[in-house]
Amino acid sequence: MESRNTDNTLSAFKAIDWITIALYLLLVGIGALSIYAASYDFDNASVFDLNEFSGKQILWIGLGLAVGAVIMLSDYRIYKTYAYPIYICVLLLLLVTVFVAPNVKGSHSWLVFGPVSLQPAEFGKFATALALAKLFDNYNFNLNEKISNYFRALIIIFLPIILILLQRETGSALVYISLIFVLYREGMSGLVLFSVLCAITFFVVAVKFAEPLILGMPAGEFTVFLLICLIYALMLLFYCRDIIIARNVIFGFAGSGIIVGILALCGVSVPGIIYFPAILGGAMIYTALAMFRHRIGKFVTTIGFALVSVLFLFSVNYVFGNILEPHQQLRIKVALGIEEDLRGPGYNVNQSKIAIGSGGLTGKGFLNGTQTKLKYVPEQHTDFIFCTIGEEEGFIGSVTVLLLYLALILRLIHIAERQRTPFERVYAYCVVSILIFHLCINVGMVIGLIPVIGIPLPFFSYGGSSLWGFTILLFILLRLDASRRERMD
Amino acid sequence: MRKDYRLEKRKYIIGGFITLIVLIYVVRLFGLQIGDAKYKESADSNAFLKRVIYPARGLVYDRNDRLVVFNKPAYDLMLIPKDVGKFDTTMLCSAMGLTREQLAERWRDMKDTRKNPGYSAYTPQKLISHISQEDYGKLQEKLYLLPGFFIQKRTVREYSYHCGANVLGNIREVSANDIERDTTRYYRRGDYTGDLGIEKSYEKALRGRKGMEILMKDAYGRIKGKYENGIHDVAPVSGHNLKLSLDMELQQYGEQLMRGKIGAIVAIEPETGEILALVTSPNYDPSLLVGRQRGKNYAELVKDPLIPLYDRSIQAGYPPGSTFKSTQGLIFLQEGVINNNTMYPCYHGYVNGLRVGCHGHASPISLKPALQTSCNAFFCWGFKNMIDKKGANSKKQFEKWKDYMVQMGYGYRLGVDLPSEGRGFIPNNDFYSKSFRGANWTANSVISISIGQGEVLATPLQIANLGATIANRGWYRIPHVVKEISDSVIDVKYNEKHHPKIKKEYYETVAEGMRMAVTGGTCRTANLPDIEVCGKTGTAQNPHGRDHSVFMGFAPYHKPKIAIAVYVENAGFGATYGVPIGSLMIEKYLKGEISPSRKSIEDRMLNSNTIASSGVKKH
Repeated sequence: MESRNTDNTLSAFKAIDWITIALYLLLVGIGALSIYAASYDFDNASVFDLNEFSGKQILWIGLGLAVGAVIMLSDYRIYKTYAYPIYICVLLLLLVTVFVAPNVKGSHSWLVFGPVSLQPAEFGKFATALALAKLFDNYNFNLNEKISNYFRALIIIFLPIILILLQRETGSALVYISLIFVLYREGMSGLVLFSVLCAITFFVVAVKFAEPLILGMPAGEFTVFLLICLIYALMLLFYCRDIIIARNVIFGFAGSGIIVGILALCGVSVPGIIYFPAILGGAMIYTALAMFRHRIGKFVTTIGFALVSVLFLFSVNYVFGNILEPHQQLRIKVALGIEEDLRGPGYNVNQSKIAIGSGGLTGKGFLNGTQTKLKYVPEQHTDFIFCTIGEEEGFIGSVTVLLLYLALILRLIHIAERQRTPFERVYAYCVVSILIFHLCINVGMVIGLIPVIGIPLPFFSYGGSSLWGFTILLFILLRLDASRRERMD
Repeated sequence: MRKDYRLEKRKYIIGGFITLIVLIYVVRLFGLQIGDAKYKESADSNAFLKRVIYPARGLVYDRNDRLVVFNKPAYDLMLIPKDVGKFDTTMLCSAMGLTREQLAERWRDMKDTRKNPGYSAYTPQKLISHISQEDYGKLQEKLYLLPGFFIQKRTVREYSYHCGANVLGNIREVSANDIERDTTRYYRRGDYTGDLGIEKSYEKALRGRKGMEILMKDAYGRIKGKYENGIHDVAPVSGHNLKLSLDMELQQYGEQLMRGKIGAIVAIEPETGEILALVTSPNYDPSLLVGRQRGKNYAELVKDPLIPLYDRSIQAGYPPGSTFKSTQGLIFLQEGVINNNTMYPCYHGYVNGLRVGCHGHASPISLKPALQTSCNAFFCWGFKNMIDKKGANSKKQFEKWKDYMVQMGYGYRLGVDLPSEGRGFIPNNDFYSKSFRGANWTANSVISISIGQGEVLATPLQIANLGATIANRGWYRIPHVVKEISDSVIDVKYNEKHHPKIKKEYYETVAEGMRMAVTGGTCRTANLPDIEVCGKTGTAQNPHGRDHSVFMGFAPYHKPKIAIAVYVENAGFGATYGVPIGSLMIEKYLKGEISPSRKSIEDRMLNSNTIASSGVKKH
């Protein structure tokens, strides 16, 4: 027995995914250098000064590696066994935080113990991932078997979201929504993701292009209607696979479109607000009639999709104007390039773009970035740390960092798929989803493609909680992965 | 083991999704970092404060190494509008001694693109110029309370003598025009450039080369030191120093003598062509055109009906009057119209179909006594005999006459190293053909030019140059005010000798006649006991009132050290003002002081006023 145990440990050591470890160390190392560069003062500086951000980050990295080592030495079974207790403990911690955390820039997310501050939301990620994995590990659990399975999954995801929203830490709360990806991998219909994608596209197009007017409606809305018609026809064609109905609908759309176009040239303008609902309604009635003969559920989905899309479009303006708060509207407008507010929220993004844009191909050289050194970019060592890479290492440096992240994520997907039980796979996809979300939102914000949402860049941004949160998240996965052979027995 | 291979394919969707996003971000990064250069500029304009370091402008010394023009520090309060944060206006006002309204007005003027065409919120703008040393000290302490403000050091001119403004000139801020015309693209808004005098004509030598230091400023507008320890900085190069040929003591004395009079004095060292004094009157103190009061004072000088900004010594074309007779004598001798013994009658004037009056002296008369007594008739006869020479074409003869005049430096600019030199006027055939409308004209028609009246005009500089040419017995160097440029050389043209085509012996004859005019003729006031002065008076009729009083001369008779021309507008006979002032200048220059016996003459000149007779009313 004993010799077998040693073998196990040995094979576990060999089974550690060293590629992931290497990528992790690279990212953490480049991150620490960037923090050093970002907080470097031209007047005086030292790397290991614990009063400086870079010095502290090195301390966090050291402690983080220790935590990682402990995880690697721990028994892989405890994570599955204690998944729910861990989840409940973290939920309680988040709940306590809501009430005891002091106000830091409007958010109540930091627990302060003397000189040390801790952000429990960062530790909620691995706990939620464990709980979700545990749920899917139930014997013969099938997401699509009954609707209550969806509810159980969504409850696990939304409990921490609610608690973190109560802490007024919107960015961190949004991260959990990325776990929808996991549900998709585990069987949720792709239509949901497709709908989300459509909703985002419709929203952006409708809000951004208020002018010019086409057929009496804003160009954005006009385009969205065209898209809805297009998607409707394509769904009939490829999703329902009914060529005849699809052909008739396409002819209907095209024919009426030509008539409206000719009328417009003759000076008779058909209002779009009447035209589009009319042809879509006509197409739906036609499809519904055809459905009686075929009796295929997919037609219902298609009609429903078009109907919801039109309703969504009509509600966009209301939601944007009445439900979103002014500062949120402004952030969205800035990100969409509708407004340029260089004194307010636009300032960060503009300075961040200047920092990155001024880097050129090869950058200004390590410690030579003027935008970051001279404090033009706010939050440059935390959320806007990517600027430092962009400015000092240029296009080559920033693309290299992006590719490192891409490599890490693709590697984790590979790891996820080689697991043989749902627990490990689901957990792995949770890690993948969270990293994707952080990377997309953080970098997208820094390069001015997405509204400013304050979440850190994993392994890069300054901060012990964030670094430890991601380290624990990743190393539990590595621990589970390293023992995948043991469970073959 | 459950494994759903249909679901496993979704890993490609998820992997494809993140790959697509990263690809989009890479394209975006390409657009930001390589596709668009404006971010580089924005970052530079954020971080770098390019501060011009103005070089010290060259100093100016006189011929005796007395410091004449030097620099004193002045400070401009600059700001970059976009960096200006909230600041205490009361504090700024009290430090600068301004009222709140004055500050607001300056602020408006700065932002007014009509008054300040280069206004931009992103570049340094000047709010207050020429801050004194004391105010600068006060402001420097408070500067940290004024985000976005900084102080630019520069220099303004300071003068040791309150004279010679026409030669020295002054400096002013460059205008939009200056910048546009500057083909070397050296000037930027806010730079200074020379205006008038040597400051203008020697601008390139005096200004030096601007330097530049690149400082870094942070997001709060605080200076964070030099960019890369200053390796990109450019050190300024100081301007060249100038040594004037002017004797500032003589210049000052000349201006004193001319006080209360309108006119000019030009004194030249004949051997070198160096101008010893270049007096115009009325004049002004060069210190008036310095600093914050410059604009106001300049406007007042422009409005003055006596036009003090007009440099009469080199710009004004006066009828040369009888000083011109010496040139005529030279031409007649060279042309063989007369010789030393040729006599012409004078019956109280030239009477030959028309009459040019003269005053009492012996008749007939030869050249030397004619110069001595300034006989009009002699030169009229000479002129008539030259132009209407038997067997010669009078047009060709006149052209010959004109060519001699041009060789002697008349009718064209001499090329003095000062801006806006006048050219005087010497008529030619075309001119007369036009003015007589094609009618046949003869020597008699234009006879008055032979005595320096009529159409001929000359600048005092040209007349002094004639004095220098006679003093040298037949050649001159182009008069100039700058003797040396430190670490450089003056234009070679000032070293070349110019020889009019007239024999040296004829100059000797004219010099002798001019000597006789001093010893026993019209210039007797100039007859100094121990200096052999030679001179020629002029009493120039003019359309503006009383005759101009003119003197042209040189001294000593042998090895002359100074040639001089004096012009006093509307002051009567040459002997009344021209001769005494000229002789005082000569005595002052050669002796250093005025002998006691001549103090009365000096007093009379210092205290007389002829402006009243000029017909110009001073407001």
